[in-house]
Amino acid sequence: MAAASQADIKIHMRDLSKVFETRKGPFVAIDRLTLDIPTGCFFMIVGPSGCGKTTLLRILAGLESQSAGELVIDQPKTSQRPGNSMVFQGDSLFPWMNVWDNAAYGLHMRRRPTAEIKEIVGHYLARTGLSKFKESYPHQLSGGMRQRVSIARAFANDPDILLMDEPFSALDEQNKLLLQEELLKIWEETRKTVMFITHSVDEAVTLGDRIMVMSAHPGRAKTIVDVPFARPRSVLELRAQPEYGEFVYQIWGHLRDEVHRARALDEAGVA
Amino acid sequence: MTATSSQPQTWLKLMQGQRELILNIVSPLIMLLAWEIAARLGWIDVRFFPAPSKIFATLIKLIETGALWKHLSASMQRLFWGFLFGGIPALLLGIAMGLNRTFRAVLDPIVSATYPIPKSAILPLILLIFGLGEASKIVMVAVGIFYPILINTIAGVLEINKIYFDVSRNFGARGWQVFRTVAFPGALPLIMTGIKLGVGMGLILISLAEMVGAKSGLGYMMWNAWEILSVETMYVGLLVIAALGIVFTLVLTEIERLIVPWKATR
Repeated sequence: MAAASQADIKIHMRDLSKVFETRKGPFVAIDRLTLDIPTGCFFMIVGPSGCGKTTLLRILAGLESQSAGELVIDQPKTSQRPGNSMVFQGDSLFPWMNVWDNAAYGLHMRRRPTAEIKEIVGHYLARTGLSKFKESYPHQLSGGMRQRVSIARAFANDPDILLMDEPFSALDEQNKLLLQEELLKIWEETRKTVMFITHSVDEAVTLGDRIMVMSAHPGRAKTIVDVPFARPRSVLELRAQPEYGEFVYQIWGHLRDEVHRARALDEAGVA
Repeated sequence: MTATSSQPQTWLKLMQGQRELILNIVSPLIMLLAWEIAARLGWIDVRFFPAPSKIFATLIKLIETGALWKHLSASMQRLFWGFLFGGIPALLLGIAMGLNRTFRAVLDPIVSATYPIPKSAILPLILLIFGLGEASKIVMVAVGIFYPILINTIAGVLEINKIYFDVSRNFGARGWQVFRTVAFPGALPLIMTGIKLGVGMGLILISLAEMVGAKSGLGYMMWNAWEILSVETMYVGLLVIAALGIVFTLVLTEIERLIVPWKATR
């Protein structure tokens, strides 16, 4: 793969570190992470729990700041777009707003014209199969539907970068598969830069262009692998290919040691 | 099979519900009837416990002369203004204290220190400062309503899951928008609880304040009845205040169902 020119790099990290001060002393969540993510890349991060993946995403989202290092996100100064929108892990829809208002939240906060909000939110609710439920409140929806609203909310905000923090981890296998398929379809429309966290190797291979395997305690990049499968992808067809299984096995090889090491560290910490 | 067996069950449930409703209505009626009989037969002292029929007759008389309406509307107006002057500052301050750590650290000791003071105990001070006019009654109600709403609003904001603040920040909400879209609606369930408690407190304090320094209102009506030994009027006052309490609770519960729909079905 030819080296991407400087202009094509969307997210640029140099020696990015995050240290939390805890009662037991400093805890290094992310240790000198250096990473370039090209524009339009569907970038997956897999790693054991405690490897700082969520912290990394929160730094990118502007909800935390790094302790050291450089983070540059390439966005035209004149752009009207918000820098990023996040699909949070677990229930993050406002229970006091109906589906429509939840999906329109970002646009409302940026005071976009009513006609524009109507068109965009209508589009993404239709794409996620939620048009009939726009008046419903989150507590009236299933977990899968709630996560669809969360995805519609992020896409409707039309951000430069989409951040996804294990958005499907709480769903059952069937729902997960459907939503992965839907996510890929919606993503194909715009091909935004995506940073997606998961603990599922299957999910990483199914969705991603590039996978970073992280190690835990401290969080470091262990390896970065390009996913060789062509787009547009169909989740089921992809999984039927023998190459898919081989590739998943390869990624697992990188991850397995890390999971074991993280578990050993956890057990040592508990004892 | 399941359809046929579930039908008698739902019937049974309906009957159960109706049975409870009937019991709910019948039991107070029986008590009233027993009271009436006891009063007529002279088993209880009618100077203290006049027969319900006498109380009812007095109620009709007070409605016909317009006296009840005069006192009721005086009390309601004081409640209304007290609710406004006590409730709105409590709400704003509560949300500010819930959102801002520094603010909370500064004001919490003052709130904690003044909250346990019985509000009835400050009536003399309020009368001294605000005089015998309307202001002292409104202030009493306002003070009584202030604390339950303040404390519940703070708790309501603190109880909001942090993820909602993260979402609002990530999606570009700033300042007032965070207040309007997260802090206020998120705290609303507990704010409603505070309002219900506050209204109850307001009813207690308005009757008390009117007994001491007023020439109108339900509290005055009852105090005056004691002075002229019109026991039936006292009972009418109690009846009306009890009815007010029930009506307020019903109305507030209905409002709660409408504005907090996500809690109603839980």
